[in-house]
Amino acid sequence: MEHTKTARNSSIGDKIFDVCNIIFMIILVILTLYPFLNMFALSFNDANDSIRGSIYIWPREWTLRNFEYVFNESNVFYATFISAARTIIGTIISVFCTAMLAYTISRPEYALKKFVSMTFIFTMYFSGGLIPTYLLNKELGMLNSFWVYIIPGIIGVFNMIVIRSFIEGLPEGIMESAKMDGAGDFITFARIVLPLTIPALATVSLFVAVSQWNSWFDVFLYNSSRPNLSTLQYELMKVLSTSSATTSSGGSAADAFANAQGNVTTVTPTSVRATMTIVASVPIIMVYPFLQKYFVKGMVVGGVKG
Amino acid sequence: MEKHAVQLAGSTSEDSRLKTLFKTLSKQKMLMLMSLPFLVWVILFKYIPLWGWTIAFQKFKLAKDLFDQTWIGLDNFKSLFQEQQFYLVLRNTLVMSSINLVLGFATAIVLALLLNELRKVYFKRTVQTISYLPHFISWVVAANIVQTALAPEGIVNVLLLRLQLIDHPILWLGVGEYFWGILGVTEVWKNVGWNTIIYLAAITTIDPTQYEAAEMDGASRLQRMWHVTLPGMKPVIVILLIMNLGHILESGFEAQYLLGNGINVEFSENLDIFVLKYGMQMNNFGLATAAGMFKTVVSFIFLIAANNLAKRMGESRLY
Repeated sequence: MEHTKTARNSSIGDKIFDVCNIIFMIILVILTLYPFLNMFALSFNDANDSIRGSIYIWPREWTLRNFEYVFNESNVFYATFISAARTIIGTIISVFCTAMLAYTISRPEYALKKFVSMTFIFTMYFSGGLIPTYLLNKELGMLNSFWVYIIPGIIGVFNMIVIRSFIEGLPEGIMESAKMDGAGDFITFARIVLPLTIPALATVSLFVAVSQWNSWFDVFLYNSSRPNLSTLQYELMKVLSTSSATTSSGGSAADAFANAQGNVTTVTPTSVRATMTIVASVPIIMVYPFLQKYFVKGMVVGGVKG
Repeated sequence: MEKHAVQLAGSTSEDSRLKTLFKTLSKQKMLMLMSLPFLVWVILFKYIPLWGWTIAFQKFKLAKDLFDQTWIGLDNFKSLFQEQQFYLVLRNTLVMSSINLVLGFATAIVLALLLNELRKVYFKRTVQTISYLPHFISWVVAANIVQTALAPEGIVNVLLLRLQLIDHPILWLGVGEYFWGILGVTEVWKNVGWNTIIYLAAITTIDPTQYEAAEMDGASRLQRMWHVTLPGMKPVIVILLIMNLGHILESGFEAQYLLGNGINVEFSENLDIFVLKYGMQMNNFGLATAAGMFKTVVSFIFLIAANNLAKRMGESRLY
């Protein structure tokens, strides 16, 4: 009797807990998604109508004008192209090179294994900092060039550790038998190891691609005088930085951004910002959920060994 | 051609070690070819900038050649430590990274515990996927979202007005004192989901029989979370906490730079922005490099201390 009572009590407690927990999670989801839905609504809503306010998660007067404006009458179309180019080229080069390096330091017989890995891992804790790095890239003639987006970041040490750990987890017999068949290290790497490492490569590709797509600081630092090397994030950053906290709905300088195009009546700074935000985040939103099971594993491996 | 590399390595025990090394290496030409170009890369891009620290001891002029600079000893450090602004940015850096550390840990641990209690796998996975989203978007987008939400007619003011908690809209980013709080909340919003990954992985390693035993003893749900799940996460929490103490001078750069403005600058400017401002905008490369060097050296000392602490507490080493 006594026992059944406590059991029922605890199950009621359990139910209350479950309900509260689910409500909490739903609030969390709303807090996470609302800003994106709001940007979505503003970007597809008529700009003049948006001034009336009360646009929350769904457009009131649907229009594609904001997107037309952003792509036709500003540098955004070209900047999107540069963003895509650096993301694709940067990811392919970086992931291939990082994987190749990771393979060499995963080989137990490699005499320089320890030396090479320590040389790289040391750089995780020490860096020359902003000014010397800037001056170096300047000396190397990489100011005002596309390659400053790619070359200084070819190897990511954290990514190297993730891939190395993955390769070390592969059955040694596979690589042994490749060598028995007379394959050299490069062939073994390219034909045998690379295809087997795809889960780790997917994780690392996501990390590299996201950081390439999202970066604006290198554009600001090295290429701010070259509009044809600007990226989407940097264009958005310029719009953002011209609006100040003290002015409403985007601010006067963002107004200038819109006015300069002689198109005051059809777009507003708020709509331009929302539209660019959507353009800048949609590619990521569409890709990352499909790689979830990979990056979760990659984070755990890297988090423990890094 | 190197198929016998494994067998040959170490088989010539009568030779000196160096000779063995070279012999092994001559069998490992391909491995060297595959790694040494990157060794050149890392020396060029990561080690040569370390040599750039010499700028901290020079009266550096861009117009002059790198080797023609005037050496001025510790003058840059002297003026750095006399600079009032330096102590302000140091305060901001330490306060902001402490806030991020405490808030970041607390929220991620609580969220991981609660996610673990969700019974429906599909619901749990959906919440997780959505919670990772803000981690992947750029700080530019995040800053844009924050500015929009905190604008006078933004959602935060609208809600607070409707709930009658305030009677006129607040310029959140226009009041310096609010900046640290705004930044802390933004960091949590952006990274809390992502930070649960490692804790949830730790939870999966907990022995299920522990839960069964706790249930037999009549432990309630909350008691099980407190006495089984949380202790199971403890090693990971300790390692991450120590690791993060080593990064106490890294309060981030992008968030402060993008959300900072002329009004909240006294609270938003941190060491990294200080370096950028003095170096790139005022062309005082010497002072900026000195500040950057100060940051790296202090960080490294913190890291060594943290690593020793981890060892002493019996956790595995960090590096």
